[in-house]
Amino acid sequence: MAVKNKKLNLKDKYQYLTRDMSWEPTYQKKEDIYPEERFEGIKITDWAQWEDPFRLTMDAYWKYQAEKEKKLYAIFDAFAQNNGHQNISDARYVNALKLFLSGVSPLEHAAFQGYAKVGRQFSGAGARVACQMQAIDELRHSQTQQHAMSHYNKHFNGLHDAAHMHDRVWFLSVPKSFFDDARSAGPFEFLTAISFSFEYVLTNLLFVPFMSGAAYNGDMATVTFGFSAQSDEARHMTLGLEVIKFILEQHEDNVPIVQKWIDKWFWRGFRLLSLVGMMMDYMLPNRVMSWAEAWEVYYEQNGGALFKDLERYGIRPPKYQDIANDAKNHVSHQAWATFYQYGHATNFHTWMPEKEELDWLSEKYPDTFDKYYRPRFEHWAKEHAEGRRFYNNTLPQLCQVCQIPTIFTEKDDPTMLSHRQIEHEGERYHFCSDGCCDIFKDEPEKYVQAWLPVHQIYQGNCEGGDVETVVQKYYHINIGEDNFEYIGSPDHKRWLSIKGKSTDEKAENANKDAA
Amino acid sequence: MSQLVFIAFQDNDNARYLAEAIMEDNPEAELQHQPAMIRIQAEKRLVINRETMEEKLGRDWDVQEMLIDVISIGGNVDEDDDHFILQWK
Repeated sequence: MAVKNKKLNLKDKYQYLTRDMSWEPTYQKKEDIYPEERFEGIKITDWAQWEDPFRLTMDAYWKYQAEKEKKLYAIFDAFAQNNGHQNISDARYVNALKLFLSGVSPLEHAAFQGYAKVGRQFSGAGARVACQMQAIDELRHSQTQQHAMSHYNKHFNGLHDAAHMHDRVWFLSVPKSFFDDARSAGPFEFLTAISFSFEYVLTNLLFVPFMSGAAYNGDMATVTFGFSAQSDEARHMTLGLEVIKFILEQHEDNVPIVQKWIDKWFWRGFRLLSLVGMMMDYMLPNRVMSWAEAWEVYYEQNGGALFKDLERYGIRPPKYQDIANDAKNHVSHQAWATFYQYGHATNFHTWMPEKEELDWLSEKYPDTFDKYYRPRFEHWAKEHAEGRRFYNNTLPQLCQVCQIPTIFTEKDDPTMLSHRQIEHEGERYHFCSDGCCDIFKDEPEKYVQAWLPVHQIYQGNCEGGDVETVVQKYYHINIGEDNFEYIGSPDHKRWLSIKGKSTDEKAENANKDAA
Repeated sequence: MSQLVFIAFQDNDNARYLAEAIMEDNPEAELQHQPAMIRIQAEKRLVINRETMEEKLGRDWDVQEMLIDVISIGGNVDEDDDHFILQWK
């Protein structure tokens, strides 16, 4: 094995190909070259202390990424050639992909833009290279997800205009505003928000159990892009943890600033993930684990270990963590109930769970499901069976910060909606929680500018005042194809014909009456 | 309080060797099979040794090759030419 020593070792290679490629400017001041490095109040005394534990250099990066892409596209080809969409567990599953393509994939693109931007703003070479690689990763994720789902677009409705919808549709303003908030912050807050709070603390919940769920539902294309993206994510997570440790080690004045950002971005991420909770508990016909179980493993257990490690820097677990931990037994049900009611204004279908699915939920949520949610769902199922599929035509009140309708309940009283309001410069603002209200109070000048879909409709900025016009003309959701109840939908009929079954006429008529 | 580190791999041919090597070098670790993935967790520390992997594979193995099959990790990373270590200090 003596031959091996002829190669540079990993540490030296990283030093030569990363740090040593940088130089000290001579005829321009550093502050002019990196103008955004100071305004957030973060003090960096020595960029040389920055550690990239993977010590990945550009040459190795291209080599491994190329290999990942080759494997990924071989599977996409095989999936398409073999009509892989016919082998999924049930076509209801495809609705999770519609939400993913319009809600998550555009975030990958936003992350690409965000890292490309902040990668320019740091005077440390190690940080710049790590951000550059991550920017390219995120672009790859956005592209591979669109490629994977383009196959489904040939066979199912609702996948035809994801980027357009992301900018306009009411519930998609939730993920969109999350990333816009991060991207319009300073570079250190962006890294704390996305690299640490989102990538390290929370994305496991999006990409690990949900993708394992995709595999369990026969969707090899999605599980493959999911895990291929997540293999980059392991590097991003490591970056996230190193970023935090680096900032905290640089100066004690950084600690309260970072703590405030961790509190803010944990809460924003937790609210955003309500959508994922709903996908896991309601949109995967074959279920791997419940949202509550995933939260326990990936937040309470892994996040707990992480925050214990950060104690030595004077960092405590995020504020309102107790509320989030308690909410694991509620959020997925509350979110699904909301989408079910507003299924006429979504690019995917909704439905009430079947009997065995309700039983599974009762088993997984013994303290909450039977008591608070099952009776409501059984009532809606009965209404639907009698030709009265319920749709709510009143536009909901949105939280000024997370932009989710104020549908969540108080920690100590699940029958009481959680609602906060404050007056700011003569205007009244509404919030879903203390967590979101605190974020507003800290930077009201930012959040008064929020583009709230419901307000925009009422102000006449969405091509019409009635739901139908907004949905059709402004959102580009095809009425009667993309939206409404799943049972009797064109997707449902197509799926039955793929499986060689006839359409249940009764269900179809019930749907028609209600619509 | 227990403080677990973890690593998850795609359940494929490469990862089966990785899982074997990890379980040999970290006998106290717990291995979980989930759809399409293998997840390994251990108290405080997990190590992947290049030497063990090379024995399993019967060929040279670069520690960074694990990047292709890894899905997620939890813990501080320390990597050099011979090891990939995850730990909470």
